[in-house]
Amino acid sequence: MSEPEALKPFPDSEEMEISFGPQHPATHGVLRVIVKLDGERIVDAKPVIGYLHRGTEKIFERETYNGTIPHTDRMDYTAAATNNQGLVGAVEKLMGVTVPPRAAYIRMILAELQRIASHTIWLGTHALDIGAQSPFFYTFEEREKILDLFEEYCGARLTLNAMRVGGQPYDLPEGWTGRCRTFVDQLPARVAEWERLLTANRIWKLRTVGVGVISAADAIEWGLTGPPLRGSGVKWDVRKVFPYDRYDEVAFEIPTGAGGDTYDRYLVRMEEMRQSVRIVQQCLAKLPDGPVMAKVPKVIKPPKGDVYFSVEGPKGELGYYVVSDGGTNPYRLHVRPACFINLQALPEMVRGQLVADLIAVIGTLDIVLGEIDR
Amino acid sequence: MTEQDKPTAPAESAPQPPAAPKPPWEEKPVTPVPHDAREHPEVREIAAAVPDAVLEAVEFAGQVTVTAAPERLAELARACKALGYGFLVDLTAVDWQARPEGRFDVVYWVHRHADSRRLRLRVRVAEGVEVPSVTGVWKVANWMEREVFDMFGIYFADHPNLERILTWEGFSGHPLRKDFPIEGIDTGAAVYPDVFPPGGGPVAGGEGES
Repeated sequence: MSEPEALKPFPDSEEMEISFGPQHPATHGVLRVIVKLDGERIVDAKPVIGYLHRGTEKIFERETYNGTIPHTDRMDYTAAATNNQGLVGAVEKLMGVTVPPRAAYIRMILAELQRIASHTIWLGTHALDIGAQSPFFYTFEEREKILDLFEEYCGARLTLNAMRVGGQPYDLPEGWTGRCRTFVDQLPARVAEWERLLTANRIWKLRTVGVGVISAADAIEWGLTGPPLRGSGVKWDVRKVFPYDRYDEVAFEIPTGAGGDTYDRYLVRMEEMRQSVRIVQQCLAKLPDGPVMAKVPKVIKPPKGDVYFSVEGPKGELGYYVVSDGGTNPYRLHVRPACFINLQALPEMVRGQLVADLIAVIGTLDIVLGEIDR
Repeated sequence: MTEQDKPTAPAESAPQPPAAPKPPWEEKPVTPVPHDAREHPEVREIAAAVPDAVLEAVEFAGQVTVTAAPERLAELARACKALGYGFLVDLTAVDWQARPEGRFDVVYWVHRHADSRRLRLRVRVAEGVEVPSVTGVWKVANWMEREVFDMFGIYFADHPNLERILTWEGFSGHPLRKDFPIEGIDTGAAVYPDVFPPGGGPVAGGEGES
């Protein structure tokens, strides 16, 4: 091993290989990491994935275009709305459909609520992994309110299946916007409450500052997207770079970190929740009237060709590459999973750190194994 | 929506009196058409950097695809990196089965942060032909190439660790190939032939098992 000598306290220390997971609560699913340890230090880590592989991309090929939407819900099951948004956006781009403005705004509201919901899960479980138990209860309370809003809109709480090619299947129910506004208006105070628990907390800082550092250049080289990229100081967000739906009509900031460590990524995600609140508030204020479905044929049959379309999911850039042969089923539908690619940088981020930091880094990457394995 | 029950070809358009212009979502979708993109600035840049490597350049739905021969890929990838495409967004493959120019398309989707340009590179490879690995150019390609290898059985030359990634070591077959049955294969017999007789494995076994 070409490890620096300083990392080896005893010249004759023995390296030990242990298997972390797949059945371990801190792996956020069924992730196995083969860790090579020298005492408490990580010499190398090798993620082993595939335990949740369901052949989603193969299943896509036998479904109609709208029939693939429920399968996307089950990839990143903490962010079904953004998964739907990416898929319908890709097919709409391939067909040249323009979505009615009201539908685009409803999509943005759902996607931003979903981002907040995903970040609340991340915060609760990440803090729980590190040893702070209380944020978990507070964050899940707010997540519950978001899931209630989803349930009222489309009947489902997790696997929403809430979008269709060409627009939205339903308009918003009576009084929904008011309840949504009540929720988002009170959320910044909750976020501030969570921050009060953690941001200046000495234990939290000891466990996160300087842990899992990745530089901006390395982050781009390893293809990181989403909060892990922004935490390293790269101001890059698909919503700004390639605005989809109506993101060019709302004002929001892209928060970035400076040092690229776990604490920076924490601050970035906290700020993202506030920005999502801002977006939802603007969407509710601007919500146009009109139809929620464009004039699309009942049988979706895009032309021959291939298109890549991506959205900014809560975890990073979620892309769909659709290849059509002119039929009613996608010839090939590939997903660019943000978590899969972010996880690849894990060994890079934990090498030379303590084994306890591995938990913090897995948490900060905010991975969902359903999307990694598909 | 009711008058459009049947899928229509783009050429067949209902005669409409020129009334007030309708918003685009009430019109029929305007399907994108492919254009030749050899004159695009990004394509010219690439063509100038790697002469004679670009076989074809097509723009479709605002996205430019450059097709190249697999033996020029490594050169092309390095040129892209030098031109500022530092971020490999995606890498995947498509199985076209009996296509005469080669069974598979391997598709690379690169991004340049400076001006937010994206470009798709495509190589057509026949079955059994090795594609040069781009892990030396973009580190992120490592797992992506492993996934393509796992799912399509395309080999990448000089890949540091070309192992299966989503299925397990010892799995036989490549699931995203078009000739791989969607109901799965008898994995038990493939991995443990002495335990499970052919056809008696745990995945695609006999009655009552699926």
